[in-house]
Amino acid sequence: MNKILELRMIVPNMHLIKIEAPDISKKVKPGQFVIVRPDEEGERIPLSVADWDQESGTITIIFMEVGASTSRLASLKPNDYVATCVGPLGNATEIKYYGTVMCVAGCYGIGSIYPVAKALKGEGNKIITVFEARSSYLIYWLDRFVGLSEKIFTITRDGSSGYKGHVKRLPDIIHGLSQLPDIIIVNGCTYLMAQTSNITKDLNIPTIVNLNPIMIDGTGMCGVCRVTVAGKMKFACVDGPEFNGHEVDWKEFLARRKAYMEEETLFFRRSEPESKLHKEGKCQV
Amino acid sequence: MSEEKIEKTSKIDLDRTEMPKQPPEIRRHNFNEVALGYTEELAIKEAKRCLQCKKPRCKTGCPVEIDIPDFIACIVKGDFSAGIKKIKEKNCLPAVCGRVCPQETQCESKCILASKKGEIAIGRLERFLADWEAAQGKIDLPKKAKPTGKKVAVVGSGPAGITVAGDLILLGHEVTIFEALHRPGGVLTYGIPEFRLPKAIVAREVEYIKMLGVNVITDFVVGKTRSVDELLEEFDAVFIGTGAGLPWFMNIPGENLNGVYSANEYLTRMNLMQGYRFPASSTPVKKHTRVAVVGGGNVAMDAARTALRMGASEVRIIYRRSHAELPARLEESENAEEEGVIFNMLTLPIRYIGDENGWIKEIECIKMELGEPDASGRRRPIEIPNSNFIIPTDAVVCAIGNSPNPLVPSTTPGLDTTRHGTLVADPETGKTTRDRVWAGGDIVTGAATVILAMGAGRKAARSIHEYLMGK
Repeated sequence: MNKILELRMIVPNMHLIKIEAPDISKKVKPGQFVIVRPDEEGERIPLSVADWDQESGTITIIFMEVGASTSRLASLKPNDYVATCVGPLGNATEIKYYGTVMCVAGCYGIGSIYPVAKALKGEGNKIITVFEARSSYLIYWLDRFVGLSEKIFTITRDGSSGYKGHVKRLPDIIHGLSQLPDIIIVNGCTYLMAQTSNITKDLNIPTIVNLNPIMIDGTGMCGVCRVTVAGKMKFACVDGPEFNGHEVDWKEFLARRKAYMEEETLFFRRSEPESKLHKEGKCQV
Repeated sequence: MSEEKIEKTSKIDLDRTEMPKQPPEIRRHNFNEVALGYTEELAIKEAKRCLQCKKPRCKTGCPVEIDIPDFIACIVKGDFSAGIKKIKEKNCLPAVCGRVCPQETQCESKCILASKKGEIAIGRLERFLADWEAAQGKIDLPKKAKPTGKKVAVVGSGPAGITVAGDLILLGHEVTIFEALHRPGGVLTYGIPEFRLPKAIVAREVEYIKMLGVNVITDFVVGKTRSVDELLEEFDAVFIGTGAGLPWFMNIPGENLNGVYSANEYLTRMNLMQGYRFPASSTPVKKHTRVAVVGGGNVAMDAARTALRMGASEVRIIYRRSHAELPARLEESENAEEEGVIFNMLTLPIRYIGDENGWIKEIECIKMELGEPDASGRRRPIEIPNSNFIIPTDAVVCAIGNSPNPLVPSTTPGLDTTRHGTLVADPETGKTTRDRVWAGGDIVTGAATVILAMGAGRKAARSIHEYLMGK
């Protein structure tokens, strides 16, 4: 049982939760995750840690509401307790001097890449930040990245900020730089990580992704998070979650991520009144 | 011995008292316990068959040396309270062991009546006493020794950890168990299904050691949340009982297709996460129509029988040797067969074939035949060339075994492992290659049984106690 100190939506569908977890706050490192179970009936949800404070013994997570369990988590209130918050799990990002590091982030990944960027900056790296979002209003924590980053670029689907389009605009950003980044780190949705890896493979820029597969225990026991990396079976929870993006079998990874899509959305379908207002995923009003 | 008695065959009752069970056609549709347990009458009837040998051999077959004839004598007298006390002197998990111990290869195989196929049903009697005690609603707590002021950390709350904790708390030490998952019990909780070992029983046993004063901390991953070295700063001794939790796969094409599960995943979803109640519980599970389970052990039987209860209409066990070599307990494979599980023996999957969406569709198998015995003493399965065939399926559960979880060994310098990844530990004391660190159970032996883990826990507890008191 861990107390929730803060829980609010920071941009539509994206929530910030600050949890009392003194043991974890002392141990967690950039790139690691925790497993949270909202309540006694709840699913175990792996969530990347976005910030922590040893002194107050707290950790902060940014998560997106995507299905039944994240929705239950989002519906809790400050001073409520989550049934489980366990970790830190997975391996930490290798923090060292690379030279120029490009941090590409979208969605919850803007939160989870923040400690990575901060620690890398601490090692003397030059940080270039790229945010990818559907629209400018979905970008958060910009202020946190301003001090860290040499440059900040944005790509938005609707063109409301920066480059218009999606991650496929990344080469435009990279080629506009005076020199290629020494390494690229990507946190966010599978599409963002897969596409970025595809792009950087051709450009021969080492690329680290932080995978977010389905997990149960998060300690290597169940094997549901298995992923093929360089032709070998790996468990994202104990061998990752970071891998060389050029070596990940993305097609397989995406298929495995979607395995329970139907059951997840069952929750939303059930929780909406029977009506003809929604058909084929579209509002008919 | 009882040679003399056994000659008077007219007086000897060789008729083992059957334990009532749910009928197969009913139980394959529910998760309630299959075996219903003895009534008082049945228990006394069975207990009366015991010859009360002067030199009981049954006791030598028990890894924790329960005084078997003594507790049976208590049942005959109807003094169930004395009977359960007798068991608890040696075994703190009788309700569990009465259900999942392989008695047929341990105590019962040593029974003098076993040669005439009339061995006493020791396991059923043990279970009866444990259930009787629970039904009384009050549990007598044994006396604890004076506090020693020594602190012991136990890593893992499976059978080994629970035994160590239960023994050391009675000896006056302060004991804290650290469990990685959100519910204690280890494999008893995440692995063995409700219909074979009701979770309420596991919870009861854990509650018992808590009542004795053991501090149980869940959601704490030793090796991650805190290292063994850090525990050693706070505790005088550390016991590692983290089990064999890393699932094996076969390294054949298609194993990462959706619908291919490790047995750990499949069973954890159902047991720990209560997936069988989905959507009331929130961990999703799939409703598969055809399920193939690869492997022939107890875990394979558990997975197959779970699949039936989840509504699958065609469930099969695929095993590369023959029926005779099935490593599962006979009782479990018989239960599975009665419930309608299909057995494809002498069959080896060589490739999983998926559909366009990445879901398993069929299994390519090859037929096997048995050759000469291998290192395990079982006849080695050999592929029959060109005997490939296809089994259509919606899901595969890979139940071919587990290796020890490397989380603790890999984060604890100086803790030596074997090439199988198990911890090096003295078989008599459980002492590892690190000072003040003991280990026992599957993390040392590789995947084995509940009772062997308990036996190892008992030995380690003894050694830890000696160390703590000698200091």
